[in-house]
Amino acid sequence: MSSNEVSAGASERQPFRLPLHWLGVVPFAAFTILFLIMPTMKIVIGAFQTPDGTFTFENIGSLFTASILSAYWISIKISLASAILGCMIGFAVAAAVVLGGLPQWVRGPLLTFSGVASNFAGVPLAFAFLATLGPLGILTIFLKTQLGIDLRALGFNILSFWGLTVTYLFFQIPLMILIITPALDGLKREWREAASILGATNLQYWRLVAFPILLPSILGTIALLFANAFGAVATAIALTGSSLNIVPILLFAQIRGDVLGNPHLGYALAFGMIVVTGIANALYIWLRARSERWLK
Amino acid sequence: MKRLWAWGALIFGLLYFFLPLVGMTNFSLKMRRGEYSFDAYAKVFADSRFQETFTYSVTMALLTIVFGILLVVPTAYWVRLKLPRLRPYIEFVTLLPLVIPAIVIVFGYIRLYNTSSWLPLTGSALGTDMLLMFGYATLALPYMYRAVDTGLRTIDIGTLTEAAQSLGAGWFTIISRIILPNVLVAVLSGAFLTFAIVIGEFTMAALLNKPAFGPYMQLLGANRAYEPAALAVIAFGITWGCLGLIQLVSRLQKTAPRQA
Repeated sequence: MSSNEVSAGASERQPFRLPLHWLGVVPFAAFTILFLIMPTMKIVIGAFQTPDGTFTFENIGSLFTASILSAYWISIKISLASAILGCMIGFAVAAAVVLGGLPQWVRGPLLTFSGVASNFAGVPLAFAFLATLGPLGILTIFLKTQLGIDLRALGFNILSFWGLTVTYLFFQIPLMILIITPALDGLKREWREAASILGATNLQYWRLVAFPILLPSILGTIALLFANAFGAVATAIALTGSSLNIVPILLFAQIRGDVLGNPHLGYALAFGMIVVTGIANALYIWLRARSERWLK
Repeated sequence: MKRLWAWGALIFGLLYFFLPLVGMTNFSLKMRRGEYSFDAYAKVFADSRFQETFTYSVTMALLTIVFGILLVVPTAYWVRLKLPRLRPYIEFVTLLPLVIPAIVIVFGYIRLYNTSSWLPLTGSALGTDMLLMFGYATLALPYMYRAVDTGLRTIDIGTLTEAAQSLGAGWFTIISRIILPNVLVAVLSGAFLTFAIVIGEFTMAALLNKPAFGPYMQLLGANRAYEPAALAVIAFGITWGCLGLIQLVSRLQKTAPRQA
């Protein structure tokens, strides 16, 4: 590895020293190997093994049964819906603050609050939404008594697909605001001026200049928000118990009590999660590298 | 026209943020029929399980922070000083916990360190506590490492190290008395974020069967009506406090060099 090259260079200057530079990263390497790499490898390898240790594709194949596929499908739909909606709403709010001519003092508190809200996931978030949109929630009651809108009769249920999506948006929107604000700041005033000198309308400027520049940032953030929602366990469990059939809840139940009846199917389930979040993150990294070309 | 749209978007966003917060605060105060009261909070604070789990999580958070500092500061320093070529690899590794869901990592722990394995950490209470702390340190690694590495970028560690060495300082002295004080602000912001993460963490503690604050909140949420809302208000207050402290220390950092 490159550490050898570095220490080889050092030992030319100091001929009687052993190349011990790399010893400085041994504690870190040991920690990450023991508590990050090896546990993950155990899952990945286990996904391709039978209980007695021989190699097999059977576990991966078993993922393609109706109930597990539907769990993945619902998870992906929720993550995608909350990522896209979070992206759109977050973009609108960030654009309003950066470009919309709002007073400057709005910006600081909004970004601070976004920092807090994007970290406010998990169990308490579920409680907050139950208290707001649950059967006895403040908004549910208000809409019913004041405006005569019965959410339940309209088919909305906090313990459902849309309930979970709306709840996830609480940490997705602020994350989008945090990520996209610097990108919006990167749009140079000269581009807009150049476009308007050439006779472009506001819409043309957005469609032909600003939007194409921002597109990699936006798509990359959608990928990141997707991964963010896909791995969220605590919010889902606290909100729905185990009533909603999504992958993190299924995996949680499997680890707790082998509900699938085959421990190695659990490995495969977890492996599938790594694959999905891995693809989403790879997309994010790739798109971010592309967007940095313009938004320096 | 444009400004109208902007205000509209902002107000919609703010409503989205504040309605749930108003909802949970309002709900947490409604335990006594017909009037507002702090009964739910009194109930929560009087619950011995709240005190136990909260103390446990705070202790774990502090241990995780200490462990994280001991692990990350020397590593980040050493990599910047002696092994700059390793930096991209180390950075990649520290970002992995953002890619691999926590539930997968803890699943791996349970399978790798069970009672019949070569390192049976889950076999004893102390071992499981340690495993949980390592898990928390892993979750906090991306934030901690980035904070410290950014902090190191602002100081000239090469010159500082050489100066300290020529005055006869050893590595321990250099790291503890030269480097750490210089990146203290970065370390602190990493520490507050770690604290916020550990206090609310649910998945790892629940799957390792530890009496932490997150699983307690979940359990209470399944069985009670008003107390969970009070807990949510408390948890939000803690997150807000931690992030506020980060803002505070980073503002101090910005003004500090000018004073010097």
